[in-house]
Amino acid sequence: MIALPLAASHEVGTKAQIVAVIVAGIFLGVVLELVRRRRLVERYALLWMLAAVAMLVLAVWRDGLTTLAHAVGVHSPPNALFLVALGVVFILLLHFSIATSRLSEETKILAQEVARLDAEARAAREASTNGGPAAEEAIGSEGRVAGSGSAGAEEPEHQGPIRS
Amino acid sequence: MAPNGPHLRKLAIVPAYNEQGMVGRVVREIERQAPGFDVLVVDDGSTDHTAAEADASGAIVLRHPFNTGIGGAMQSGFKYALRHGYDVAAQVDGDGQHKPAYLPDLLGKLQTTGDEADMVCGSRFRGDPGYKVPVGRRIGNLIFSIVLTAICRQRISDPTSGFRMTNRRGIELFARDYPHDYPEVEAILMLHAHRLRIHEVPVRMNARGFGRSSIDYPRSAYYMAKVLLALFVGLFRRRPTPVEATGEGELVEPPAHDAATSGGSAG
Repeated sequence: MIALPLAASHEVGTKAQIVAVIVAGIFLGVVLELVRRRRLVERYALLWMLAAVAMLVLAVWRDGLTTLAHAVGVHSPPNALFLVALGVVFILLLHFSIATSRLSEETKILAQEVARLDAEARAAREASTNGGPAAEEAIGSEGRVAGSGSAGAEEPEHQGPIRS
Repeated sequence: MAPNGPHLRKLAIVPAYNEQGMVGRVVREIERQAPGFDVLVVDDGSTDHTAAEADASGAIVLRHPFNTGIGGAMQSGFKYALRHGYDVAAQVDGDGQHKPAYLPDLLGKLQTTGDEADMVCGSRFRGDPGYKVPVGRRIGNLIFSIVLTAICRQRISDPTSGFRMTNRRGIELFARDYPHDYPEVEAILMLHAHRLRIHEVPVRMNARGFGRSSIDYPRSAYYMAKVLLALFVGLFRRRPTPVEATGEGELVEPPAHDAATSGGSAG
């Protein structure tokens, strides 16, 4: 039925509508599948689902786009659509930039913590193999183990976490 | 050592985020009301003196270098429990909402029901809640309650309650996989999907002791949407049953989920 050659512009619009609905539907399905496979956390899935639903609404409710266009003061509805879509994409990108910044900050903190723990663990291990009062001293000086006492002695067995 | 099950190793996990005024009291109250429990405070990246207060009160303290959310904090607790061979793990919130006096009740139910219960949840809605639950919370809770009751085919009256206790099977499951944020509701579904059994015990709770709830008004919409989405998707997720008889004190590697979760590193 859809494939029938239709002349009237209204019918062409209907065809485009159907395509838009299908695309939005597939998009929604893909997002849900990604969540199911744990590739995407719910937080971002909701964001994308919102976008898909907006797409659906604009596809089904054709006057909506015109109304929207007039509300924003744009004469051509397609231009209004591009404007809105561009705005949404900008906001999303900013959001992801913020998220990425936070992630890199957290990664840095993790690396620092791991490095500190590694230094403490090595010092404690060394102290316990050496035995004696030196062991207590090394374990006691929590947090500054690497810098204390015979720090130079532990240089050779450098077992940093970043070995390829 | 304790009146209930002296042979079991029991851990009370106390997730705390900026609760310096409350966490010490919670720890001491657990030690007084449920002396058989070791207390583990998970300081989820607090910027105040939560870790120091917890340490001073004699609890074991895990410090997260930054905030990971309640789900991350609880999973740290479950991983600790798994690694150190605990048989029972309970959640007692660090804000003082949960009354440690009910821990023996939860434990009793977990033990008397034996094989029939893998998790016992403290419910505010099987009796007197103990404080005036705000209407918005009641409604949200009711929606989740209806959904979960239908899915699990048993009455789940208080799915948002974090006051819970689980056995070794629950610990193994949650150490491997626990929801990120607002985890309580989804955790029930996970238990159900893994055929672990849930029981409820009526408890009273305190209104939040300090500060405000982590769920303020603008976030409730996200809360509802996130959890409902998680529940919906969760229904279609294949859930492997927990690995049995894992090495004592070993962290269990998660079995590969549906498709490639390991990013194709095996090429």
